[in-house]
Amino acid sequence: MTDATNTGSLYDVDARTKKRNAAEKRFRIYGMIAIGLGLVFLVALLSTIVVRGIPAFQQTKLTLPIALPEETLDKSGVRDIEVMKKVSTFGYNPLIEQALADALDANGIENPFEDAKGLKPILSSSAAAVVRDEVLANPELVGTTHTFEILAASRVDGYLKGRVTRESVARDNNIDAAHFDVVDALRDAGIIAKGFNFDFITGADASESRPEQAGIGVSMLGSLFMMFVVLGLSLPIGVAASIYLEEFATQNRFTDIIEVNISNLAAVPSIVFGILGLAVFIQFMHLPQSAPLVGGLVLTLMTLPTIIISTRASLKAVPPSIREAALGIGASKMQTVFHHVLPLAMPGILTGTIIGLAQALGETAPLLLIGMVGYIASNYPDGVASGFLDPNSAMPAQIYEWAKRADPAYYERAWGGIIILLVFLMTMNILAVILRRRFERRW
Amino acid sequence: MMKDNVENKVGVDAMNVKFSARDVQVYYGDNHAIKDVNVDILDKTVTAFIGPSGCGKSTFLRSLNRMNDTIPICRVEGDILLDGEDINAPQVDPVQLRAKVGMVFQKPNPFPKSIYDNIAYGPRIHGLARNKAELDEIVEKSLRRGAIWDEVKDRLDAPGTGLSGGQQQRLCIARAVATEPEVLLMDEPCSALDPIATAQVEELIDELKASYSVVIVTHSMQQAARVSQKTAFFHLGNLVEYDDTTTIFTNPRDTRTESYITGRIG
Amino acid sequence: MSPLILLAIVLALTVAGYVMGRQRAVGSVDDVRKLHSLPNFYGMNVAMLAFVPAVLLLAIWVIVQPLVVAGQVRGDIPDTLYETRGELSLVMSDVQRVASGLDTAIAQGVLAPGDIEGLDATTVRDTLGGVGVALGSDVSEEVLAAALDYRATSNTGDWVRTVVVLVVAVAGFLYAYLGTSGTLRARNRVETGILILLITAALIAILTTLGIVLSLLFNTIEFFGLYPADEFFFGTTWSPSFGGGSQLGILPLLWGTLYISLIALAVAVPIGLFAAIYLSEYASSKVRSIAKPMLEVLAGIPTIVYGLFALLTVGPLLVGIFGDGGILGVGWMQGGTAVMTAGLVMGIMLIPFVSSLSDDIINAVPQAMRDGSYGLGATQSETIRQVVMPAALPGIVGAILLAASRAIGETMIVVLGAGAAARLSLNPFDAMTTVTAKIVSQLTGDADFASPEALVAFSLGMTLFVVTLALNVLALYIVRKYREQYE
Repeated sequence: MTDATNTGSLYDVDARTKKRNAAEKRFRIYGMIAIGLGLVFLVALLSTIVVRGIPAFQQTKLTLPIALPEETLDKSGVRDIEVMKKVSTFGYNPLIEQALADALDANGIENPFEDAKGLKPILSSSAAAVVRDEVLANPELVGTTHTFEILAASRVDGYLKGRVTRESVARDNNIDAAHFDVVDALRDAGIIAKGFNFDFITGADASESRPEQAGIGVSMLGSLFMMFVVLGLSLPIGVAASIYLEEFATQNRFTDIIEVNISNLAAVPSIVFGILGLAVFIQFMHLPQSAPLVGGLVLTLMTLPTIIISTRASLKAVPPSIREAALGIGASKMQTVFHHVLPLAMPGILTGTIIGLAQALGETAPLLLIGMVGYIASNYPDGVASGFLDPNSAMPAQIYEWAKRADPAYYERAWGGIIILLVFLMTMNILAVILRRRFERRW
Repeated sequence: MMKDNVENKVGVDAMNVKFSARDVQVYYGDNHAIKDVNVDILDKTVTAFIGPSGCGKSTFLRSLNRMNDTIPICRVEGDILLDGEDINAPQVDPVQLRAKVGMVFQKPNPFPKSIYDNIAYGPRIHGLARNKAELDEIVEKSLRRGAIWDEVKDRLDAPGTGLSGGQQQRLCIARAVATEPEVLLMDEPCSALDPIATAQVEELIDELKASYSVVIVTHSMQQAARVSQKTAFFHLGNLVEYDDTTTIFTNPRDTRTESYITGRIG
Repeated sequence: MSPLILLAIVLALTVAGYVMGRQRAVGSVDDVRKLHSLPNFYGMNVAMLAFVPAVLLLAIWVIVQPLVVAGQVRGDIPDTLYETRGELSLVMSDVQRVASGLDTAIAQGVLAPGDIEGLDATTVRDTLGGVGVALGSDVSEEVLAAALDYRATSNTGDWVRTVVVLVVAVAGFLYAYLGTSGTLRARNRVETGILILLITAALIAILTTLGIVLSLLFNTIEFFGLYPADEFFFGTTWSPSFGGGSQLGILPLLWGTLYISLIALAVAVPIGLFAAIYLSEYASSKVRSIAKPMLEVLAGIPTIVYGLFALLTVGPLLVGIFGDGGILGVGWMQGGTAVMTAGLVMGIMLIPFVSSLSDDIINAVPQAMRDGSYGLGATQSETIRQVVMPAALPGIVGAILLAASRAIGETMIVVLGAGAAARLSLNPFDAMTTVTAKIVSQLTGDADFASPEALVAFSLGMTLFVVTLALNVLALYIVRKYREQYE
């Protein structure tokens, strides 16, 4: 028998021990590599989001004095809105193009195109509608020259942000490198500039061809209304179910079935809840498609197991001595629970609920099936009821919608939307952490 | 402070000393758990550490094979010499030390493996066997030394966790002797066992002293009296008295020792 | 009367019941202390009996009435109008659209309620178009007749509903109010009522499962009526076409799902497991307190973000390495969406899932086990590999199964990152598609829910549900057994 280990001096580390220690070191390094990889992924993910999403918060705009001649906009001269509405956006386009051409002249920039119309690709196609709305709202502007802030086309925006280059537009039918020469000159003249993009945060979605105009504001409202539904239903139902299971239910078959059910529901893929929503709420109950109410109902069912599980943990953490004390002075079981146990468990319950809500806020898959994607969220809901019932999108669904669109300008919007979504999620999670720290009780 | 600790030179044959501890201090964070302990532990002898709960006897035992290294906040000072070599010296690998100084724990802790693999685990990691036949031999020898061979020889593939408490503890002792240690440390090895299993384990300890230096921590004075030749009494982190077991139990020098063995403190 | 107004009336009755019940109880004794329960309980008792039965009835009525009416009207439709059940449901949706269009027209004043009976079928489409209800085709006589019948029946139903709900509310109110006296055990009654509410809430979990199973089951049965089940389960081609002649074999989708999940697990399991080992066995508490929450951030990021990351970052990156003209010059990868893209990103998403589950499980291995190994002179890694891991193995297997179930059910990453082509290929750089991605593509857009191309999504959902459920049940069982072992 080899007895190498035991006979030698403790001071000599034998070969075998050296080998074992080397293995030890290697093993430890594997662990560090694993942690390192995880952190590298996290950093890569977050930095991608920030680097690619931040540009969405800037938008290129032109500040143009536009002449609004009476002969084109209101021939009658009586400023009757109904009459003025007859002039469509097509009537406004030449005015804006001319204004841009005049601005070129005024700043001594040469127009490389035959006429003012050649400059059109620099402007967003939304420009005419913006000017028209402003004129219809203030008819007295007709006949004057008013300075407007209008959006530049998304290609121009991309050029200034470095997303679009002269090379990349070589085969682009929409815009030429010559336009970018003009843009460079306009930027030097201070007519065209990037500014903070409030419209992205508060605005509505736009059609496929106008990424420069698209905003996440309306779908943010959609998400908000969904969260009202989720909070309003899942908190009371979740707490009620947990109280029953934790405080009243006796251990029997029925309770077992409910418990197994809940733990399994927590692991059902979210897309399956989407199918449930489609079949039950839309096909069977005929609730309106794409409505935040339906989205909220589906997400409620999805979040309930999470909330029940965390609520039960909070109830369990309240020591039995509290219950005994209350029962001991003659409170009923119901009074014990509602007067003592529930208030003590409340911080934990709220923490769990906030985390559940955050999960629901970021969930996308079920929303695809109940029609919250593909819907262009271009209108603000006009009231609380319509907020719940009218078709809308939701933040993650809007991001998905943008990611699917062909124009890469929408990718920037999608990343920007993610930043906003993550800011919400982060706020909610920080709130949950603060709540836990602030009210955590050690028994 | 020094008054609390006796100088233990009573009848110690220098050649026979296995462990010798000098001015050992152990700290758990800010807590000074072991204070100025000096003791010489003899070879081929059973030494019992007794004292009330929290007196530091287990802590001191765990510093003899550097098990305290696994507790991050624990710090050991002073010299602990094994055969004249400082076990806390930087070049000493605790892995090698623990192969020489085996340990048996309070609660039987067989691994969730077969009985065979439980015993073979130590020889395997230390590379004590060159082939399967040798390993089989070591396993059998160890199980015999652990006085459990006859009970398990037909079911070596059964899980070690399936044995009774007393069998599990003897399995753990067999597992500890399988690595051919020179010292066996036992931390209250019978506290989780019933009286019959306790008797079996005590009998085994008596046999083991022929080959090893055995150090046993116990809170049972009767057990110390039954199995040990030397007894050390710890109180509040101090080694109060260390002497022949018979002397400690019949004629203690320190009043605290007397109070403890007569049951007035404990 | 609209359900909302009805609800408001019931609510008013409830509030009145609370106030009056409380007063009656207080008035029935000379000293409030002689009451059996606190005065509030008497009020709540009356309120509860006025509110709960009536509102419950209202809710059920609102859901059930359209179904009953539709069933009745369906019988009126002559069978010359349809051949299959699918066509019948199309006709029915026309009928409902016309009926609700007429309601809108009356509400907007375009039609007078009296005009309805004399309507000419040929003008209905234009009339309704004028109030913003667009119809796909001209309205036939039969459809108009059915629509009128639908309206009439619904209106009758609404009246009956109003009367019945009000009667129930008043009856509950009177019963509780008249029964109120000082000796009534009001608290016990109210508490029983609350307990029933609590049980109902707990039952919602079962109802949800039931809803999932039934909605999947019925539609799956309908699908198998239109498309042979064996061709669905064993078909190797997936090519749906809404024009007919679809081949709807699930095998290519299952293969894509499996392949992507395998790659995801191949990424997540080693990294997650080693991360868990390092965090629970080696890391100082300081490193742990920083690294653990940071890894968990990965778990809190919504899957749409991972999907976008796959589509826009990882895909192009992989093409830059493995694609034509890539760094390796191998030309294996044609486009950014591929099994590898989706698998890698899904793996990243699963890392925290695997690591936190494994962390819990490793921590559940008793310290005594580790001490036993250290006491024999084992190094830390020997202890982990040979004692801790075997002891934790069942739990870790459970954790991996849970992760696998997550991977199989994941939707957004594969919808955006895996591609849309269903194929049976071994090349991980090919675009493939999965069960979840096809559920999405078959059920979004203007699909006709009666066609096999849309119904197949429910069968896919059923398959997905059964597979993930089986994995979860197995995993939870293993983990629970494991926990019990050390308790």
